[in-house]
Amino acid sequence: MNLDELWSTLFDFSDYGALVALLWNSILAGAVLGVLGGVIGYFVMARDLAFAVHGISELSFAGASAALLFGVNVVAGSIAGSLIAALVIGLLGARARDRNSIIGVLMPFGLGLGILFLALYPGRSSNKFGLLTGQIVAVDNPQLSSLIAVAAIVLIALIVVWRPLFFASVDEDVAAARGVPVRGLSIVFMVLLGLATAVSLHIVGALLVLALLVTPAAAALRVAASPVVVVALSVTFATVSTVGGILLALGSSVPISPYVTTISFAIYLVCRLIGRSRGRAAAVAPRTLQSTP
Amino acid sequence: MTSPSAVSPTTGYHSSVPASPTPASRADDGPLVSLVGAGITLGGRALWTGLDLDVRPGEFVAVLGPNGAGKSSLLRVLLGRLALSSGTASVLDAAPGRAGDRIGYVPQQQLFDRGSPLRARDLVGLGFDGTRLGLPLARRRRDLAIDEALDLVGAGGYSRRPVGSLSGGEQQRLRIAQALVSSPRLLLADEPLLSLDLGHQRAVLDAIDAYRRSADAGVVLVTHDINPLLRMVDRVLYLAPGGHRVGATGEVLTGDVLTELYGVHVDVVDIHGRLVVVASDEELHDEDEGAFPR
Repeated sequence: MNLDELWSTLFDFSDYGALVALLWNSILAGAVLGVLGGVIGYFVMARDLAFAVHGISELSFAGASAALLFGVNVVAGSIAGSLIAALVIGLLGARARDRNSIIGVLMPFGLGLGILFLALYPGRSSNKFGLLTGQIVAVDNPQLSSLIAVAAIVLIALIVVWRPLFFASVDEDVAAARGVPVRGLSIVFMVLLGLATAVSLHIVGALLVLALLVTPAAAALRVAASPVVVVALSVTFATVSTVGGILLALGSSVPISPYVTTISFAIYLVCRLIGRSRGRAAAVAPRTLQSTP
Repeated sequence: MTSPSAVSPTTGYHSSVPASPTPASRADDGPLVSLVGAGITLGGRALWTGLDLDVRPGEFVAVLGPNGAGKSSLLRVLLGRLALSSGTASVLDAAPGRAGDRIGYVPQQQLFDRGSPLRARDLVGLGFDGTRLGLPLARRRRDLAIDEALDLVGAGGYSRRPVGSLSGGEQQRLRIAQALVSSPRLLLADEPLLSLDLGHQRAVLDAIDAYRRSADAGVVLVTHDINPLLRMVDRVLYLAPGGHRVGATGEVLTGDVLTELYGVHVDVVDIHGRLVVVASDEELHDEDEGAFPR
């Protein structure tokens, strides 16, 4: 394959207007999931759960491929898989060390189960591949609306528990001392994270969920500390990644996930560079202040 | 751990200070904290038993004693996070753990990592309304309360810096602002002076003292060094492996009382108004063997 062919495989903008109109719902879903990923990613970072996201997504993948094999609703299957994983991690992994080992044990098991179900599945191979690497265009309209509904439920629930959840995430001892139900909130959050992971799986695929639920928030935290600014940036980054990725991928035969992950990663790199140059400036400034009290 | 020649690093009092500077509390006010015959057994070992303690509105009680004597456990009991093995506890007229925002709590120092997703004022804001549902929307009343609490502990200058980028002392001052911002009826503080220099120790203690007088709030403060508190403390609870004693500073911190509590000979030496508690090296070593790691 020469460069020209590669380019036209990756980017094909012929009949673009018609394609956008045709896939308007997918773009909308991408935007909703961008908002969801940006918001929940903020809490994932605050609670240090990036690895858990990966673990949940592999069991979600197992659930989805089981659903595919047995001919039931794939979205429901992915949700069932991630809820089981999220609850196991939430109930058994209260402490970080326990949690990481439980995730490390669950993850390959989930992936193995998923591969088994896919190997047994006699249908089209693009369906199989889509679960691992994502293919929003393969999602039909009724499924799309169920994805959007789940995303909306998770967002509303996060808004309701926002303050106590943030308190419990960053300052557990004092939150518990003041009567915040720390343990209960931890389980609630794992359920919400399970739902968000299952939904994202259908956009970017099981292997790349982190690009939607972790990278945007991690990038935002590099350049800001104010919660309002971090959430706003994180949502913006995630939405730009999903919608931008879908728009670039529309005409090509390549799955959307590489577009989403590449945009997401590029944003992270830029934020890191900005954060580093600011960090240098900040490291100089206080010293001059301290010398003249 | 303690220095080689002191049972509890430095403990003392200034004899010219009146024993009880408590503002006159209203007669109809019941105690904020009431422990009756309270005891704690951890891992088969009794930390303390038969403890009777009332903390009245406006009263400042310091909790002293060697490491592992159960000072932090006492606070955990009052917070409802540790159940008593014997006796009863009541906090703000209810079982411990029900008081919510009406208790301000300064935990034993745990530093925030670099990259923690909040600024100084956000940490204090958690103390203001972190337990309520919904989004943390910016409101004038909230901002004013946070600014006031930050100024109280001299932290106004770094209110917008990320918490993880602050020094231990700077973070510790935020903890005190966080505990006071909700105007609690009772302040529970576990070694709040740790990693503060002398100037900031004084500023923070003055803030706590002024607050409990103006709000008629109770203070239970765990410390290993009573000297900075001498001006303001009403009563001392001394927890030791051999028992405990509650009373005015001058009644508790004497050679006779501490000798009885430790079961070894202890001297209390007055050095220019600071009392230093001294035991022999060998005896001290035995004490430390029996101590829990914190």
